[in-house]
Formats: sequence, C-alpha cells, structure tokens
Amino acid sequence: MKRRLIAALFFLMLLGIWELLCRAKIWSPVMMPEPLAVGEYLWESLRDGTLGQATLVTLRRLLIGYLAGVAIGLPLGLLTARFKTVEDTLGVIALGLQTLPSVCWVPLALLWFGQTEMAMLFVVVMGSVWSVVIATDNGVRTVPPIYARAARTMGSRGLHTWLKVILPAALPFIVSGMKQGWAFAWRSLMAAEIFVTILTGFGLGHLLHYGRELHAMDQIIGIMLVIIAIGLLADKILFSPWEKYLHRRWGTD
Amino acid sequence: MTTLAEELNPVSPEKLVVDAVSKTFRARRSAVPALDNVSLTVQEGEFVCLVGPSGCGKSTLLNIIAGLEKPDSGQVLADGKAVTNPGRERMMMFQESALFPWLDVINNVMFGLKLKPNLNHQERREVAEYYLHLVGLDKFLEANVHELSGGMKQRVALARALAPNPRVLLMDEPFAALDALTREQLYSDIQRIWQERRKTIIFVTHNVREAACLGDRVVVFSPHPGRIREQFSIPLPRPRDINSVEVAQYSGEIVKALKQYLPATPETVTANS
Ligand SMILES: Nc1ncnc2c1ncn2[C@@H]1O[C@H](COP(=O)(O)OP(=O)(O)OP(=O)(O)O)[C@@H](O)[C@H]1O
Ligand SMILES: [Mg+2]
Repeated sequence: MKRRLIAALFFLMLLGIWELLCRAKIWSPVMMPEPLAVGEYLWESLRDGTLGQATLVTLRRLLIGYLAGVAIGLPLGLLTARFKTVEDTLGVIALGLQTLPSVCWVPLALLWFGQTEMAMLFVVVMGSVWSVVIATDNGVRTVPPIYARAARTMGSRGLHTWLKVILPAALPFIVSGMKQGWAFAWRSLMAAEIFVTILTGFGLGHLLHYGRELHAMDQIIGIMLVIIAIGLLADKILFSPWEKYLHRRWGTD
Repeated sequence: MTTLAEELNPVSPEKLVVDAVSKTFRARRSAVPALDNVSLTVQEGEFVCLVGPSGCGKSTLLNIIAGLEKPDSGQVLADGKAVTNPGRERMMMFQESALFPWLDVINNVMFGLKLKPNLNHQERREVAEYYLHLVGLDKFLEANVHELSGGMKQRVALARALAPNPRVLLMDEPFAALDALTREQLYSDIQRIWQERRKTIIFVTHNVREAACLGDRVVVFSPHPGRIREQFSIPLPRPRDINSVEVAQYSGEIVKALKQYLPATPETVTANS
C-alpha cells in the first residue's frame, strides 16, 4: 500500500513538473503541449473512436504475428536442440537473423508483399521468431540430463519425455525468450506502421505518423503514452503471471 | 483393473543376474575400462550393497542394470530376461534427487504412475499418498521441490521410486549429500520400507559403515578396471543401528579388505565419513 502511494505521488509529481514547465513558457506550446491538452486529445479520440479502433487494429496484428512467431519458433527451437543437422543449418540462420534489428525487415516486406496486412504480419513474425527459437534451443540444452534419465527409468520415452520433461524443464528459458520475442515484435510492428501506410487498417503507428504530418504534438505524445501503456500492460497481463508462477515453483527470485 | 491392495502388494520379485559384464568408455585418445568381467547374482528380496573407491564402476554397473547404458559384452538378466532398456520394474534413485522442480511433491511421485496403464487418477493419487506417508511426508503433498530440505528431497525421490511398485530398487549413493543425523533417520526408514515392501535393493555407497548397516551382503569393488574382489555377508538381525558394535566390526573387516586394493589413496574410502 505504501509502495503504491509513493509510486502514485511520484507520477503526480512528474505531471506537476510538466505542467509547471509549460506554464513557465520555456517551450512553445506547439513543441510541448501541456498535460491537459494531451489528455484532451486522448479523450476526444477515445470518444470519436479513432483511438480504440487504431489500438484494436494494432493489437490484432501484434497478437496474430506474435502467436505465429511463437508457434513457429518453439518447434524450431526444439528441433535445433534435438538434431545436429538442424542446429548446423537452421540454428545458424536463427543466430544470424536474431542479430538483425527487426526494423530492417520493413523494406523487404514492403517489396515482397506490398502495402498489405501480410507485410505487417511478416515483419512481426520475423521480429519475434528468432529469439523464441534461440531461447527454446538454449533452454533445452541447459536441462540437466539427469531429468531425462530419471524419466526414462520411470518408463517415459521419446515424445513423452520431450513434452513432459524437457519442455517444462526448459520453461523458464522459453518464457524469457517469449518475452524478448514480444518486445521485438512490438518494436518492429511500430516501425512498420510508422513507415508503411496501408489501406486495410489504421494502427497506432499510423496515428503517430499523421501526428507528425499535422504537427499535432498533443497527438504524438498522447499516442506515445498509449504505446507505453500497452507495453506495460502486456508485460503485466501476459508475462507476469507466468514469471510469478515459475518463481514460485522453481524457488528462483 | 488392479485394486489399490493389489497395487500396493508386491508380485513376487525375482533375482537379477549380472553375467560377465564389461564396459569401457572410449574417449578420443584414452579408453577407461570401467567394468571388467563383472558377475553378480542377486536373490529376490535381497539387500546388496556395492562399495569401492571412486571410479571403480559402481555407477556404471547400476546404470547398466537399470538399462540406461549398454555393456560392451556380457548381459544383465532380470527375471531371466535380458535387460536392454530401462523398465518400471527396476527403479533408480540418484545421488542428487533428480526431482522435477516444475512439479509439486505429489505430482513428482505421480509422474511414474501416470505412465502406468490401468490406473485412474484417483488410484494414482492414493498410491502416491500412500508412499509419501510411508516416507513421512504426508504434510508436504503440495509443497514445491525447492521448499524441501535435502533429506526431504531424498525421501520424495524414494517415494517416487517406490510408487510404481518396482521389484528392484537401484540406489546410487542416495544419502551421500546428507548430514549424518538425517542419514541415520533414513537408514532406519529404508530398512523399515525394505522389510515392509520386500524389495530387491542394490545400494551403492562410499561409506562402508553404511553398507554394513544396510546390506545382507556387501560387495567390494576395486578400480582400474572395476572388478568385484570380495563379498561379505552380514547376517545381523534387523533393524540395525549404524552405531552398533556389530556393524562396526563388520565394517572394520570390509575396510581391511578394501585397503588391499587401494594402496595409493586410502582416504578415498572411510569407515564412517
Ligand atoms: N560417460 C562416461 N564417459 C567416459 N568415462 C566415464 C563415463 N562414465 C564413467 N566413466 C569412467 O568410468 C569409470 C567408472 O565410473 P563410475 O561413475 O561408474 O564410477 P563410480 O564407482 O560410480 O565412482 P564414484 O564412487 O565416484 O561415483 C571412471 O573412471 C569414469 O571416469
Ligand atoms: Mg558413482
């Protein structure tokens, strides 16, 4: 309770300082709108539906792309950990592509897929899949062999061992890889939306882009706040429960 | 469908035959002869302890009996049938508990039971609870593995190994990492369980006193390559106390025998470490 109070006070203070600086007229209001103006923009765009619509469009792209990334990356990671040939081929590709900043996929996606949803999806998948592959591979390799041996003596074989022993044993690594994949997917999607105008849906990145075109600073800051909030919420809703569960089970803290 | 009573009562266990087993580990340059022509017969219901200095192939032999490793030559017969793979009728307990940290205590014990056909969830749970009760951990069914002490972990590992009702229990220095007091407690537990459940147990240890306290028979190994040198039978009544004079006498004899085979490093085996 006390911690929350302190945190709330801290953010109120930040808002206060922001407001004070604006009143002191250090910057022109065009460059730095006051908090109220940003709030007003958010409220207005919420009421006329643009904000909600754009958030939905963006989240939909993100979720679909990310889930596809995990669905592809997890089995690939298991394969690279299991088979030497896959490790020497796909594993190397994954390692290389993971170092590529995900924004770099945008030009390629545009030329390949044009200004379509497919391009967006492609960017998100490419942004997330490699870190999931590498984290899964890494996680599986660090599983102490004694777990598999113990499982074998209890009658576990092949696929059962992989699903019931190796996979859960590697879970802490996999979850942190999925979290990293999420962060990359989010970043790459924003980049794609800012750079690419597409006709099928108007996402948060587009709002940001048009904010710039229109010199609407209240819009830019408002949308940035929304993007931050979504990132935080995703962390709390998607990953925090997993991590808490794992910490409790494994006793890591 | 087996009833709980059937599940808990052992079907007559039978003996193991290790027949002229040899095993050499080959690395790029060197070859380590871990076991050289080892033969051993274990009667049903017998408690056999293997002692010997580090590196004499005790774990290797146990792994081969379990079916986790293959011998270069020779074979292991369980029930008269050659062992080629691990099987539920021979459970293994390792020095580190090897419990699964992603499962709570009861689900660790149920892991092997879930692989056993003809049991429903309720029956599995009852069997798991029975064995956790047997090792004195009724109150920790839902505990996480990291919340247990070392001794409790080994108790859970014991319950997990016992739960699928194996005929043979292979124990590789299961108590080596525990303090003396906890170990003493476990000596009496394992003797009680062995008497109640009539298992065949092969128990590997560095600790000769432990071997003399637990075993019907103590088998002495020598290293480089691993060979069986001598066997002592320990006809003392049970339950035995590790601190009793009789156990000490036997352990003294065994240590004397052991020392013949390791002139270089006598400290690798001690009477009571
Ligand atoms: N996987 C392996 N690869 C290569 N060498 C091995 C392997 N496992 C065991 N060895 C070698 O085989 C010999 C016997 O090993 P083993 O683990 O069976 O000994 P041990 O009697 O159990 O020793 P300890 O009492 O220290 O556990 C040792 O010299 C060891 O170095
Ligand atoms: Mg060993």
